Amino acid sequence: MNGPIRRVAVVVMLMFLALMLNASYSYVFRTESLSSDPANRRVRDAEFGTDRGDILVGNTPIVTSTPVEDRFGFQRTYNQGRLYAGITGYYSFLYGGSGLERTYSSQLAGTSDVQVLQNIVDAASGRRPQGASLQTTLDARAQQAAAQALGDRPGAVVALDYTTGGVLAMVTSPSFDPNALASHDIAATQTAWQQLNDDPAKPLTNRAVREVYPPGSTFKLVVSAAALESGMTPDTTVASPASLRLPDSTFEMTGDCGGEEVSLRQALQVSCNTAYALLGDQLGADALRRQAEKFGFGSPVMPELNGVPSRFPTDPDRAQTMLSAIGGFDVAASPLQMAMVVAGIANDGVVMEPHVVSQVRGADLNVISTHAPRPLSTAMSGANARALQDMMVSVVENGTGRRAQIPGVRVGGKTGTAVTASAGSGSTRVPYAWFVAFAEDPTVAVAVFVQDAGVDGSEISGGRYAAPVAQAVIEAVR
Amino acid sequence: MAEVVVHRRRTGTSLVMMLFALALGAAGYVLTSLNQNGTFPADWLMSAGPLQFGGPWFVGVAAWFALGLLCWGITVWRLPYADPLILPVAFLLTGLGVSMIHRLDQADGKRSAELQMLWLFLAVAVFIAVVVWLRDHRRLQRYTYLWFLAGFLLLLAPLLPVLGKENHGARIWIEVGPFSFQPAEIARIVLSIAFAAYLVEKKDVLAMAGRRFLGIDFPRPRDLGPILIAWGFALVILVFQKDLGTTLLFFGLFVAMLYVATERPSWAILGTLMVVVLGVVGYNAFGHVQTRFESWLNPFADYDRNGQVINAQFGFAWGGLFGSGWGEGRPYLTPLAKNDFIAAALGEELGLFGLVAVILLFGFIVARLLRAALGSGEGFGKLLATGLAFVFALQVFVIVGGVTRLLPLTGLTTPFVSQGGSSLLSNFLLLGLMLTITHQVRRPPLEHAETGEYVLLSADATQTLPVVGGARAATEPAAPAAGAVDAPRPDPEDFGAPGPEPIAASPITAPPPDGEAP
Repeated sequence: MNGPIRRVAVVVMLMFLALMLNASYSYVFRTESLSSDPANRRVRDAEFGTDRGDILVGNTPIVTSTPVEDRFGFQRTYNQGRLYAGITGYYSFLYGGSGLERTYSSQLAGTSDVQVLQNIVDAASGRRPQGASLQTTLDARAQQAAAQALGDRPGAVVALDYTTGGVLAMVTSPSFDPNALASHDIAATQTAWQQLNDDPAKPLTNRAVREVYPPGSTFKLVVSAAALESGMTPDTTVASPASLRLPDSTFEMTGDCGGEEVSLRQALQVSCNTAYALLGDQLGADALRRQAEKFGFGSPVMPELNGVPSRFPTDPDRAQTMLSAIGGFDVAASPLQMAMVVAGIANDGVVMEPHVVSQVRGADLNVISTHAPRPLSTAMSGANARALQDMMVSVVENGTGRRAQIPGVRVGGKTGTAVTASAGSGSTRVPYAWFVAFAEDPTVAVAVFVQDAGVDGSEISGGRYAAPVAQAVIEAVR
Repeated sequence: MAEVVVHRRRTGTSLVMMLFALALGAAGYVLTSLNQNGTFPADWLMSAGPLQFGGPWFVGVAAWFALGLLCWGITVWRLPYADPLILPVAFLLTGLGVSMIHRLDQADGKRSAELQMLWLFLAVAVFIAVVVWLRDHRRLQRYTYLWFLAGFLLLLAPLLPVLGKENHGARIWIEVGPFSFQPAEIARIVLSIAFAAYLVEKKDVLAMAGRRFLGIDFPRPRDLGPILIAWGFALVILVFQKDLGTTLLFFGLFVAMLYVATERPSWAILGTLMVVVLGVVGYNAFGHVQTRFESWLNPFADYDRNGQVINAQFGFAWGGLFGSGWGEGRPYLTPLAKNDFIAAALGEELGLFGLVAVILLFGFIVARLLRAALGSGEGFGKLLATGLAFVFALQVFVIVGGVTRLLPLTGLTTPFVSQGGSSLLSNFLLLGLMLTITHQVRRPPLEHAETGEYVLLSADATQTLPVVGGARAATEPAAPAAGAVDAPRPDPEDFGAPGPEPIAASPITAPPPDGEAP
């Protein structure tokens, strides 16, 4: 019987060998994918407990990790959480992260490729690895002023330094407190998460970059740019009938623009709908779309905050083109996109790439990466841009944007009111109020969007509700 | 004239290894607390109903050492030639298990480790009973059909209406009062005995060649009876208990023993084919078998359903090569970590090295037992040792393989390590049996059976000893030499075998010494 016993022994040996080989195979080839699996609580907890780097506004940290005595070791703390929540996002055990916390998660945690070497050195020298910190372009005064001026109205404010593209202020309202989601009391974060998601006002949504809205008359800036680029001047006269019936439609557009024919400058100053509708018809949808895309429409903006693309309708008919030209129909833009339009005009036609993180610095303060200002696109010629700047200044000085005036500062702007029902026929829906503006010194471009701007629905809404916010932001950085 | 292998007792080695194993086991218990709280464990409390027994933590450690040394002492007393390493290895595995259960207690607030220790008292009692009363495994050979009856009854017990209990889709438990019990744990031992006793009688008949096909002699159709009965029985278990693991364990055991007894590969081939049929039937008949199969091939397709095995993999990955250390990992995230998934818990906290070491410990027990099977001089011992070794190896293979994703997951316990009274009791019963067999195999051969005297051999003599046929009997008539008091006493029992079979294992023949040739 010894022959068969030896063969049974060989089989048994192979079984044990298979067990050991399989365990080793698992270690060598499966560990990486297992450790990066988002469902792996062991890794997630360990990462949640790392000493993540700070997020700085100027020299002040707005997000820090402080050591605590619990199973995670470090608590993420948001100073002025509500004020900056749209940018910082949250960092939660159960719900992952958003905003910069998500985009720069590996740098903040110290696990990005460039930091790995440092971590090995740290581990060897017995130091606990520390994440990198983020230096933002934000201006605390601008942020504060924007939030204060917007108050608790739902909406968003974006202020850009148009010479660099750096975001000076980005406010979204209503906001939320990221501390509630970053808590180590997991049950409490569940309750907070539930409440935030059930809230009809959607406080977790960053209205400045993650949502698009009909831009209303502020879109006339894009049409104006297309008109100037097509060879017109601010003094070129355009037809501005008191009443205009759209082709193949029963819809009638009305408005008193100060005559049957007005200059382009006058049309922008009074935000003449019929003139811009005819202008849009004359230029054509393709020219409008091309101009819009030069400002950034159609592409995702600011990947740092996962910005969504703004859109111009793909194949509108004539009536739809005319409505699109006044920022209606299916045109939709994020507040950041409208700030980029103004920034492009103010920066003599060059749109700088918007960004909020200027520098990533390691724990030992060495610079890991820097965002140098770089142009995104050239939207129009310098001469045309300057002409459009003049037109915008006259809007603030003599037109619908008077409320944005600041003594001693040259400010240009454009109001906008969008009625959300299509074609705006007899709708009683609450309109969106917009105001976009730039100042020459300080070099700031602002877009203000107020979602709930009273019920009058007239063209003055943008000027009345949104312009003072822009004014406050410009004043703050002055 | 022949030369026989003479095994030394190695009592000292055994004691050193035993102390080492006991210390390693206790270290896990103490280290968990030191790593987690920086202090020694708070207290030790065993309670069984109204009875309570406890004290400071070292009471538990002392009890552990006492149990281990008691087992060692009893073994040295009754089975002096028993394999010196099987007992320490078994205690090391038990110690790792109790420590890991204690470590998992820290996460769920239960006191399972103390309960497991309580079971260990019972298990040691069973072990002592076996070692003291059995002494020779050949006494078990007599009651072939009683063993069969007991084994089958045990296997079928979970199907009884009141006693049986279904758990996780498989009906392999019986429940008496607060205790639940997996009778298959005992049945694998009982059936190993039954198969060995049966096959050692029938092996010649079953080895008769029938038709030749592809160069292999297949058995005669009329001899297919036993394997068909075993297969039919396996099918019954499969259909009614819905547990593929138990089914394969028993049928695999039978086929392996049949092959060893008859030395006919055809039985192994036939048996393997029948196993495949069982597998196909199981797969097609039961949803939960299909689910397990699917979970094996593609666990990450469904995190909710396969959370257990996925979590075990996360644990292995987290533990890495050296493990997180006692108490430093999070093995409690895996459901049933104390029981079916204790290998995952060990892998997480002791790392790949620890897991492989544990697998090697199991392999070590199997290897020592198979070595005894090779060395055994009689058929029953060979078959029994092989059967016990194989079923033990198969069980480890199936459960550790299931936890590490080598095989589809089947709910079996990890011998000696898993939490569970029935498992611990039956494994210590098995341990007693293993030591008995190895003692009988390793002890010096009965030289003068007819005179009722053992040849006296110094325990520390050389490994081989020339044995001279009748010459010595004539010149030295059974004179007790020095060290006689230590010699095993003749057992009055007649074991049914007229005397030891000729040593077939590995007889080392030596040339006859000069001057002794007749």
